[in-house]
Amino acid sequence: MSATDAVLDPVALLAGRLADYRATVHRCHPSGLAAAVATALARTHRVAAPADLPAAWLSAWHGDVVHDDAGAPLALAELDAPAVSVVTGCAVAMAETGTIILDAGPRQGRRALTLVPDHHVCVVAADQIAVSVPQALARLADPTRPLTMISGPSATSDIELNRVEGVHGPRRLDVILTDDPAPSR
Amino acid sequence: MRIGLFLTCVNDLMFPGTGQAVVRILERLGHTVEFPSAQTCCGQMHANSGYLAEALPMVRHFADTFAGYDAVVTPSGSCAAMVRESYPTLLPEAAPVATRCFELSELLVDVLGVTDVGAWFPHRVTYHPSCHGLRTLRLGDRPRRLLAQVRGLDLVDLPQAEQCCGFGGTFALANAEVSVAMLADKTAAVAATGAEYVAATDNSCLMHIGGGLSRAGAAARPLHYAEILAHREPAR
Amino acid sequence: MSSVPSPITAARPFPEAARSALADQQLRDNLRRATATIRDKRQRVVDEVPDWEDLRTAGARIKDDVLARLPELLAQFEAAATAAGARVHRAADAAEACRIVTGLVRATGSDEVVKVKSMATQEIGLNEALADAGVAAVETDLAELIVQLADDTPSHILVPAIHYNRSQIRDIFARRMPGVDLSTLTDDPPALAEAARRHLRAKFLSTEVAISGANFAVAETGTLVVVESEGNGRMCLTLPDTLISVVGVEKIVPTFADLGVFLQLLPRSSTGERMNPYTSMWTGVTPGDGPGDVHIVLLDNGRTPMLADPVGRQALRCIRCSACLNVCPVYERVGGHAYGSVYPGPIGAILTPQLTGQAAGANHTLPYASTLCGACYDACPVKINIPEVLVHLRASGPKPPAARAGMRAVARVMRRPRWYRAGLRLLRWAAAPWRLVARGGQVRRLPWPMSAWTAGRDAPLPPRGSFRDWWARR
Ligand code: SF4
Repeated sequence: MSATDAVLDPVALLAGRLADYRATVHRCHPSGLAAAVATALARTHRVAAPADLPAAWLSAWHGDVVHDDAGAPLALAELDAPAVSVVTGCAVAMAETGTIILDAGPRQGRRALTLVPDHHVCVVAADQIAVSVPQALARLADPTRPLTMISGPSATSDIELNRVEGVHGPRRLDVILTDDPAPSR
Repeated sequence: MRIGLFLTCVNDLMFPGTGQAVVRILERLGHTVEFPSAQTCCGQMHANSGYLAEALPMVRHFADTFAGYDAVVTPSGSCAAMVRESYPTLLPEAAPVATRCFELSELLVDVLGVTDVGAWFPHRVTYHPSCHGLRTLRLGDRPRRLLAQVRGLDLVDLPQAEQCCGFGGTFALANAEVSVAMLADKTAAVAATGAEYVAATDNSCLMHIGGGLSRAGAAARPLHYAEILAHREPAR
Repeated sequence: MSSVPSPITAARPFPEAARSALADQQLRDNLRRATATIRDKRQRVVDEVPDWEDLRTAGARIKDDVLARLPELLAQFEAAATAAGARVHRAADAAEACRIVTGLVRATGSDEVVKVKSMATQEIGLNEALADAGVAAVETDLAELIVQLADDTPSHILVPAIHYNRSQIRDIFARRMPGVDLSTLTDDPPALAEAARRHLRAKFLSTEVAISGANFAVAETGTLVVVESEGNGRMCLTLPDTLISVVGVEKIVPTFADLGVFLQLLPRSSTGERMNPYTSMWTGVTPGDGPGDVHIVLLDNGRTPMLADPVGRQALRCIRCSACLNVCPVYERVGGHAYGSVYPGPIGAILTPQLTGQAAGANHTLPYASTLCGACYDACPVKINIPEVLVHLRASGPKPPAARAGMRAVARVMRRPRWYRAGLRLLRWAAAPWRLVARGGQVRRLPWPMSAWTAGRDAPLPPRGSFRDWWARR
């Protein structure tokens, strides 16, 4: 897709670029968000979620949910257990590069929460998508928060300079793109 | 237009045919070429090897020798690059003559506006773009466009064409083993094309590539592209 | 002067070290395959950016601005980072940096640290200094881990194990990785990555101190940035209690918005991706999220003296993407170890001798490790004119007396037209006997100094007739 098309449809561009780096992309209508989240959690035993994750996002998922609270943070061992998935929102997404940016803000939790579980499900609303790198950085509310930019699942190019997915970070990344605006803060 | 030929020291000693070819091409196109016999060397080898002070008198001598010409033409991409890109910083008063110095394909295509020089050369040829022509002068496809117009010529692509051949001036002696390792890949690429000749803008690179082809017993021969452009169909 | 070999001082002259490397056919095959792969990938993602040249120019400008007012920006960075809860230390040289870091680690009571790949810590020999202090440093980047397990040294600034292929890596893991499961260990890259994941998992979850470098340090906000792929960086930057980052002073960028330029240039130039999988940015301490004890060691180690050289200092623009290594025909043939420094390839050839001064070891031979083909300059995302700096360093560096005398003599002839013409005649005359042994116009063996030429290739002879005679006859 050319850069001009990207301006017309950043959602499609982001979806394509995420898929290029082996993230699983689900596009859905606002009404289908809970179902899409549940689909992404098909192989999950337990969901870890930031304390402020909207309950509606998990309304179609019928398994165990644990919340990570500032007062009572989950132990690393809990996050590292098999078949734990973390579900979050994001701060901004960058279409051109297929990147989501977390800033530990609303619906995202602290950094360890999205790092230790082997599966990350991230919900991105259409109005959170910026096209280019500079545009995305400019939209961050406060650059001094802990920031994590994620472009696909963990990968390495260290063996013969070929990209291989899956090392230390989450080996599966599901991104759910909804057409509705993010809830106001 | 007064055109002065800068032969280069390598051609002066080793490849007189290349200088003759430049003269023939330009005269065939109706231009007069002069050869100022006081010319020596552009100073590239000294400058690139770190002997700037020693190179400076050569730079000054070049500037004096070619001061009166509207254009200076040279059958060497690396010497043209030395003059045009390095002279203005080495010796500011050499800047005017430096800007009027052209590698042969630049003079033909850009200044004189020709790509068909009326040549005939019924052979299979591959073309190696020498580094200084490619990356310093940005000759682009000018030499290839000239070769493409040569009647009878079968121009074949050289694999990994833009990789350096490994000559590098004094590098060929100071780091001879690395130079030869790079050369081995270049000669293998040339041999793989099945070409009878490998052409380039620089006889220094061709001396190195030719030496490698000869040592490897390969059939392909080095030939400066000016000599191809000068070649004509024999009158019947 | 320390007796420990310096990580940025070449022990052997480059031509000699290169000779040994060239003899290793496996090494050459591995390098050829890996560099060809990355060159193609890089070209594809660079070609899809329409304003790539403008981005390069912007990158170069921002870095030049930084170099022009470095002390001021460092002070700004230090103030912002300190205000955000980090403790900032300054280290003038490698020894001081190692002393600071080992002191900080000792103060935590830990005898083990996890490390994120960092050129600055390699440059100062930090792992060795930590080992001397009884602290084990565990490299967590896959390639660094391979090199560490093999008891080898890195040969590339981005992919330190580029000189190994998959089956060699499998053998290293099988022999050296404690507790590795041999039943599942094949030479399939995903299986190798999985082995590394299992090996390091427990360390990440339990180690209390991490050491990193940084790709960028933002003066305006006091933010540090680490660009990585595997998630080992995120692990080290997030889970331990103490984080110590060693940052070369040239890593400063003035504003957060400047990252918008470099985060486009770096991933495309280094791994040939539109964006690397993970980029982490942190500013001091964030309560409840990540390390509570955050230290930053600003490392000079020869950088400030480089600023005085208006030509040479452009090497400090470098963002360590390694594009220049991957396109370099010399690097492709000899690999990184031949350069005798943690900074190999074209950037190493100009950075190493400037950081140490050319008198250190054989570092003065590095500026000659190039044909000046210019591929590095074209690839460099911050437009470092590497050929220009190479020639500049050749001019200012030491030269063997015999070579100097020879070049002077030739120069004396070349500036006098009559001597020059006499020289041409002399050489043509001297070539006459060789014509008797030439085949196809080429000779197989010539005496010194041309024996270096004929050792590997034939040499043509000057023809009998000269251009000047032809011209005079017309
Ligand atoms: S010199 Fe340029 S190309 Fe080489 S590593 Fe540094 S930034 Fe990259």
